[in-house]
Amino acid sequence: MKLLARLFRSTLGQKYLMAGSGGVLVLFVVGHLVGNLQFFLPPAALNRYGHLLQSNVEVLWLVRLTLLAVVLLHIVMAIRLWASNRAARPVAYASSATSYGASLSSRTMLVSGLVVVAFLGYHLLHFTVRVESINGTPVAFHQLREPGTGYYDVFAMVVAGFQVWPVALFYGVGVGLLSFHLTHGVAALFQSLGGRNPVYAPVIRKAAHGLAAFLLLGYLSIPTAVLFGRGNDYLKHVVEHNARRLAQAPPGEEVAR
Amino acid sequence: MKVKLKVWRQRNADTPGRFVVYDTPELNPNMSFLEMLDVVNEQLTLQGEEPIAFDHDCREGICGTCSLVINGKPHGPQRGVATCQTYLRSFRDGDEILVEPFRARPFPLVKDLVVGRQAFDRIMTAGGFISVRTGSAPDAHAIPVPKEAAERAMDAAACIGCGACVAVCKNASAMLFVSAKVSQFGLLPQGQPERYRRVAAMVEQMDREGFGACTVTGSCEAVCPKRISLDFIARMNRDYGVALLRGA
Ligand code: HEM
Ligand code: FES
Repeated sequence: MKLLARLFRSTLGQKYLMAGSGGVLVLFVVGHLVGNLQFFLPPAALNRYGHLLQSNVEVLWLVRLTLLAVVLLHIVMAIRLWASNRAARPVAYASSATSYGASLSSRTMLVSGLVVVAFLGYHLLHFTVRVESINGTPVAFHQLREPGTGYYDVFAMVVAGFQVWPVALFYGVGVGLLSFHLTHGVAALFQSLGGRNPVYAPVIRKAAHGLAAFLLLGYLSIPTAVLFGRGNDYLKHVVEHNARRLAQAPPGEEVAR
Repeated sequence: MKVKLKVWRQRNADTPGRFVVYDTPELNPNMSFLEMLDVVNEQLTLQGEEPIAFDHDCREGICGTCSLVINGKPHGPQRGVATCQTYLRSFRDGDEILVEPFRARPFPLVKDLVVGRQAFDRIMTAGGFISVRTGSAPDAHAIPVPKEAAERAMDAAACIGCGACVAVCKNASAMLFVSAKVSQFGLLPQGQPERYRRVAAMVEQMDREGFGACTVTGSCEAVCPKRISLDFIARMNRDYGVALLRGA
């Protein structure tokens, strides 16, 4: 108990929690991207993957709740540290603040983080909860079924979702800020957890930038490909198939599902 | 050369302060910044005005007493030097120079440009020492010290405790100072017995004083007159983690 109290109260302990939760989120963001890049395989691949993730309810919710707890921990620590950091300088300098040696990303972590969390909220409502009123598409997301298997058609949903260019643009902003957050965040993580020394420091900095660039390009590639027409024919095919399926279905089937 | 000084004047902590502008008399460009303040103060004294209070002692960059935020940067425009080693030749004739005290809650303002830095002393008292048997001096080679450890400990010990790291940090964090002081003992064999107790005590005193937390911006390293490295903060983070796990 004493350990926990010291972890949550000391500045260094709070930094460990910040860095630990950030690290878990980085692992998630990387894994999520690798999974999503199956978008560049034939549609069946992404749909099988989506089905795999969705089909085990216990594991699904275990992972979801863990991630939620980690995000909350990260945000609560960020805000607590921000408040105590502000309290440490009650009187501001008259000279305009110059950022000696401090990168822009390191000075704007809270802002970039908060925008990322707002984006995350939209992303979850858009593709996970599938609130139809915010997707701006002519097709209803939840009707999309893969013709062969009857699985939920994730591929068609992604294509339909990103064909709405303002949505694709917003994704670009969200992912851009996430990468920006991580150019500093990943390097800071090693510093906060003590894994930095004169030999590693330059390597860590480059690796952080490399990882951020990989995430940015990887995540941007999907909406970009959609805007260049990838999956358009497939989506039409799925929509027609679904229209036929729903027309044939006995009344009430859609509701019962 | 002559410059125009815009200096923070404040009688004491309870009186509100303000900037006052002073035109200096003719100055030698090879004067230090503090010598320039001496000249201005001499003039003020002759005019029957209160001289500007500022901290100074060794005037050769080793004691850490001088402070001042000059045009927004602690210790003035040069890197790797203290205010006492900042010379007027770093400025141009006719420049307007803004001079402010270090600003941080744990550094309460005493008068004009003087702030109390006793918070650092309390952190040192909490654990910044090595307990030894007093009496006759031990043999110089009684404890072998690896050269690498000696050099890194010396790099850490170069910290003069001036507080510029706190002054420049957007969070008013004292981690560069505390990590240097933790490391200068923790890197040496003599510092091992108290290594984890020391880091826990010093970090927790730092927190009680109300310094902010590190967000790894690196400004402290950039303005430090002794160029203390951020690596020491990582080292302190490591040691404090071990201390927590050991219950030290
Ligand atoms: C997918 C989402 C996120 C990821 C992957 C992530 C990752 C990270 C990482 C790795 C760090 C470095 C930890 C350290 O300082 O040692 C960090 C720091 C930080 N994050 Fe996030 N973060 C995310 C979301 C957020 C959100 C939503 C916020 C908003 C509250 C936020 C605010 C911060 C702040 C303020 C820091 C502190 C930077 C510092 O003290 O150096 N992050 N984040
Ligand atoms: S007066 Fe001693 S370091 Fe400047």
